[in-house]
Amino acid sequence: MNQPVAPNSFRTGPDEQGMFGIYGGRFVAETLMPLILDLEKHWNEAKNDPAFKAELQALSTHYAGRPSKLYYAENLSKHLGGAKIYFKREDLNHTGSHKINNCLGQILLAKRMGRKRIIAETGAGQHGVASATVAARFGFPCVVYMGATDVERQKPNVFRMKLLGAEVKAVSAGHGTLKDAMNEALRDWVTNVEDTYYLIGTAAGPHPYPELVRELQSVIGREAREQILEQEGRLPDVVIAAVGGGSNAIGIFHPFLDDKDVRIIGIEAGGRGLDGIEHCASMNAGKPGVLHGNRTYLLQNDDGQILDGHSISAGLDYPGVGPEHSWLRDTGRVEYLPILDDEALEAFQLTTQKEGIIPALESSHAIAHAMKLAPTMSKDQIIIVNLSGRGDKDVHTVAGMMGMEI
Amino acid sequence: MTTRIDRRMAKLKAEGRPALVTYFMGGDPDYETSLRVMKALPKAGSDVIELGMPFSDPMADGPAIQAAALRSLKGGQTLAKTLQMASEFRKEDDETPIVLMGYYNPIYIYGTERFLADAKAAGIDGLIVVDLPPEMDEELCIPAVRAGINFIRLATPTTDDKRLPKVLENTSGFVYYVSMTGITGSALPDTSKVATAVDRIKQHTDLPVCVGFGVKTAEQARAIGASADGVVVGTAIVNAVANVLGPDGKTVADPAEAVATLVTGLAQGARSARLAAAQ
Repeated sequence: MNQPVAPNSFRTGPDEQGMFGIYGGRFVAETLMPLILDLEKHWNEAKNDPAFKAELQALSTHYAGRPSKLYYAENLSKHLGGAKIYFKREDLNHTGSHKINNCLGQILLAKRMGRKRIIAETGAGQHGVASATVAARFGFPCVVYMGATDVERQKPNVFRMKLLGAEVKAVSAGHGTLKDAMNEALRDWVTNVEDTYYLIGTAAGPHPYPELVRELQSVIGREAREQILEQEGRLPDVVIAAVGGGSNAIGIFHPFLDDKDVRIIGIEAGGRGLDGIEHCASMNAGKPGVLHGNRTYLLQNDDGQILDGHSISAGLDYPGVGPEHSWLRDTGRVEYLPILDDEALEAFQLTTQKEGIIPALESSHAIAHAMKLAPTMSKDQIIIVNLSGRGDKDVHTVAGMMGMEI
Repeated sequence: MTTRIDRRMAKLKAEGRPALVTYFMGGDPDYETSLRVMKALPKAGSDVIELGMPFSDPMADGPAIQAAALRSLKGGQTLAKTLQMASEFRKEDDETPIVLMGYYNPIYIYGTERFLADAKAAGIDGLIVVDLPPEMDEELCIPAVRAGINFIRLATPTTDDKRLPKVLENTSGFVYYVSMTGITGSALPDTSKVATAVDRIKQHTDLPVCVGFGVKTAEQARAIGASADGVVVGTAIVNAVANVLGPDGKTVADPAEAVATLVTGLAQGARSARLAAAQ
């Protein structure tokens, strides 16, 4: 519907108002406006402060385990008989996913701002665990909001957060999933404005969060770009990542956006198919609207009421997407395609069998698309898939899907 | 250009009493019942009506208004029906100001220009859109003012003196002061703090200042009304409706009557505010 003219660079956004084209912005209650303006000011100072960068770098190396490896999945590539598939191994990070990259940066920001208390929202619990982890490491009390439905289906992560000292608050309002957890976190923030830092888990929400989280996650793409140049002597033909809110995707995409010959593909949760409402493909089947502080593609009805999506993967179970993705979609720089639950499950199993790597169900969506694409490409072509997290958390879900009990 | 809000506020000022501003959720629990609630409000002593537009994700609202919005949506309410409700009300009452209150997305999806035209035709006088701060004025505020509809801004305890002028810049009708940092239905803070805040805002504007969030009883309406130009009550009214709904969502008593009883008491409280303050 919106077809802006392609800019000279895709890497300069957002503008001063926090807009990526018509997306993004600061759609929040007045109570929060002074807080996000203050956050923006501190973030702008921090990102240019060598001491902040050095501290983040040291933690990334010694605490999170960066750089993460770029691994040639030789067995899977040969099995598919086409392009070479590389995995960017974010699953090897501390806490088992890319979420730690964002949490380390934001906890340093919270410390710098003199905040005393951390709140976060979580769906599958990966961001909740990463938040609880950095809160423990830096001595902050931490409250994690989690939909009551998700608390029930992600019990191991709930227990992990509690072990790490966080208080997990189950949100029964609405339908008890990530969207409701985010509403409740915003309600907490609006109530506890004096001392609280809201550690958002994805590249969405009011400005400056989409930019802030993107910058912290872009380490993924910067490393991947250097690593592929070192290992293959050239850039990849395709980069693929799964998109829920979209932080792992924007993290790996952003450093490649101005490499014109690199095809970039974001994978949305196609759930049980795009015909009904049992999916989370907001950019394929939704339309632009305003929720959680930003304008972006949303699953919604004709009256502008937000719909609950469905995905086998709790981490993709969100009716919106980060605003920069919406803009990249409209400009045509990034393609966004759906992968169904069944296809993701197949990729999960094949990767486990062929590579001895159990990928998260979120990442399995991205692998599933690589499995479709690789056989259509030649053997000297290269695909990089962002393997955003490990799949240990998903074994119960997968067992259920396979009709097995564990 | 004056609106019904300007005229009503001027009249109340002349009478020397604060406005009782009443919020209810449009369509809760269904269209017909809700329309009867609306019609009962002025008769019970409400000076300004805030007509709530339900939204699936009301981020600034507490459990009571969240539940009311879900009941309303389940009952089939849409933005078009909320506007229709205002039109119906206007057939009998062309004086009481109506302010639509809610969130931006349903308006954005309806189409801003179309919404403003239909709202004007339905007899809407003002808008309160929680998630549109002054930074986003181009979206709806400026077009609304151009269309002759007041855009009523929320000022909060976090809006400091430096920021207040920005918040007040395109505000008209009245200023809605949010008594505390928090969501609707929370406990009311110390009323002397609220009075100080109202004075602070009045140093920056000639607009009437109405205070809401946390006002539930006649006694609180009296206390807040002593310093503010208006007192906003929402959650208590929404609860009055919820309290006469059975477990199946059907009414066990008349919501319009329950709301009228509550509002009559609140109006007495608000009307006696200046008297009490003078003594």
